[in-house]
Amino acid sequence: MDWQAFYLSIKLSTYTVAILLLLGLIIARWLAWRDFAGKGLVEGIVALPLVLPPTVLGYYMLVVLGRQSPLGMAIESITGQTLVFSFAGLVFASVVYSLPFAVQPMLRAFEAIPQTLREAAWCSGLTRWSTFWRVEMPLVKGGVFSAMALSFAHTMGEFGVVLMVGGGIPGQTRTISIAIFDRVQSFDAEAAGLMSIVLLLFAFCTVSLVYVFGRDSQR
Amino acid sequence: MTLDLIDHSWTGLHIRVQQSHPIPLDAELLCEPGKLTALVGPSGSGKTTLLRSIAGLYRPRHGKVRCGAKQWLDTERDFDIPTQKRRVGFVFQDFALFPHMTVLDNVKIAVHPSTDRPNSTKHAIDVLRRVNLTGLEHRYPKMLSGGQQQRVALARALAREPAVLLLDEPFSAVDQVTRRKLRLQTLQLTRRLNIPIVLVTHDLDEAAMLADQMCVLHRGQTLQCGTPEEIRERPTSTLVARLVDIRNLFEGSVAEQKPDEDLTRLNCNGCSIDARCFAEFNVNDKVCWCISPSSVLLHSRLRPSNGEKENPFSGEIIELVTIAGISSVTVDCEELNACLTMDLPRHVVFRNQLSVGYRISFSLLKDSIHLMPWKPLNDSKDADNDDPYVSLK
Repeated sequence: MDWQAFYLSIKLSTYTVAILLLLGLIIARWLAWRDFAGKGLVEGIVALPLVLPPTVLGYYMLVVLGRQSPLGMAIESITGQTLVFSFAGLVFASVVYSLPFAVQPMLRAFEAIPQTLREAAWCSGLTRWSTFWRVEMPLVKGGVFSAMALSFAHTMGEFGVVLMVGGGIPGQTRTISIAIFDRVQSFDAEAAGLMSIVLLLFAFCTVSLVYVFGRDSQR
Repeated sequence: MTLDLIDHSWTGLHIRVQQSHPIPLDAELLCEPGKLTALVGPSGSGKTTLLRSIAGLYRPRHGKVRCGAKQWLDTERDFDIPTQKRRVGFVFQDFALFPHMTVLDNVKIAVHPSTDRPNSTKHAIDVLRRVNLTGLEHRYPKMLSGGQQQRVALARALAREPAVLLLDEPFSAVDQVTRRKLRLQTLQLTRRLNIPIVLVTHDLDEAAMLADQMCVLHRGQTLQCGTPEEIRERPTSTLVARLVDIRNLFEGSVAEQKPDEDLTRLNCNGCSIDARCFAEFNVNDKVCWCISPSSVLLHSRLRPSNGEKENPFSGEIIELVTIAGISSVTVDCEELNACLTMDLPRHVVFRNQLSVGYRISFSLLKDSIHLMPWKPLNDSKDADNDDPYVSLK
């Protein structure tokens, strides 16, 4: 069992979920209640990682974040390091890759809130910020929990994108799924099996929790 | 009276809105404190938009809203007070109760933030008592009946101590029995409030029962405002008459004007009909006229009276429908070449043994005949084809 890779995956998932919580809430709320030209395009971009092969996404990440790209050069000049083959790069890639898993449940939850409920809050004297905390958040908490659990589990299990962007450097970018792949390549079936069963149980518990919590929040 | 002419001591609600798109609006409304104004009109006539404009939930392109001495909206000066600061009590059609909060919390949330916690709870409980919901404080909205939910919504609106109470079809989501009870309760409750109340409703009977003033809207335009009796008996146009479902609406022409005798004589399909004097029309002018079904007087065979000399006609009953003790009798009148409806108490129908196919004679009371400028009655351009109020004549 490669505990280092396991902890790295946990750390990567935690960072990704923390960023996606904020980003997902903003994007989901915006998409749920605003009508604007090109909304379908934005929704398409957000959902794209669902259907795009992870290697393709990883390849474009390398192109966009690499030393030769304007963005890569800008990041390197500001931070002094490149995002490619680094933990920060992994977080960035994971955020993009898991974005639809965070946005979709939150979007559905926000869309389920009738507009009159927010208007009733305003008529009751609540500011928009109070309305968000006291009315919207309690009603979308099921969706937010699902989004966080799914994003966490999805990041734990991601392989193609992290391999392309991170390169599998032990202690820096080698996550548990890459470690399993490496063990299989080295014919270490015992370690690969142990890590796989840990990941399997973890995924099963997460998905079960999403269903249980989702059902409870509907009651 | 228009908005500009109102002095600053006026304590009611004034709204004037104008825009051509996206929703056409050209409406003006004056609501006195302690009085209930009902906005009626077909779907899409702008009733709810007008209500939302008062609350600040919709901003018209041009308009002014003033409540008492406080200006809430003046688009000319780009002045717009947000909803949160307008002190409006709003009862939504779907009640819009917060499902994750108890009844008490739903009401408490609207109590003014300056009120401290123990007092806000006390105030919320007091408001719940006023709407007869004592004992349900700790229930959640989904555990309540439709009528109870409506009263929670009303309590929440009142907890705000509003300067104006806005009711958007508040009885449409409950069953008929509950609706009748809620109307009576609302009537009792609102009579004690000294603020303007605006009610949006599709139901003309509801408007007539609850409202002190009724405003007819069509395609965003206020066509006529007045008491429900005024509007039902003296509509200013055939369009208003159609929108408020006036059933006895006919065409004719002015045959004679005798102002000194308070008489305008009409010619309708060759028949002479006397009405009170409408001096604004000239002889030979084409006009439309109407009479309330309750102002058509049935002639009793047993006891003839002087009233029988007043525009007497006869015809055959082609339809007789009794609802809640009132019989609506439709008569095919050959002389007028039209069908005419009269409302009679059920006991009158019973005593006179009226039934379909029976011939009766009746009078059209002179003072109840109302004249309007002529418009072709079979012209469907004025009213929407799907207008629920247009009777199929």
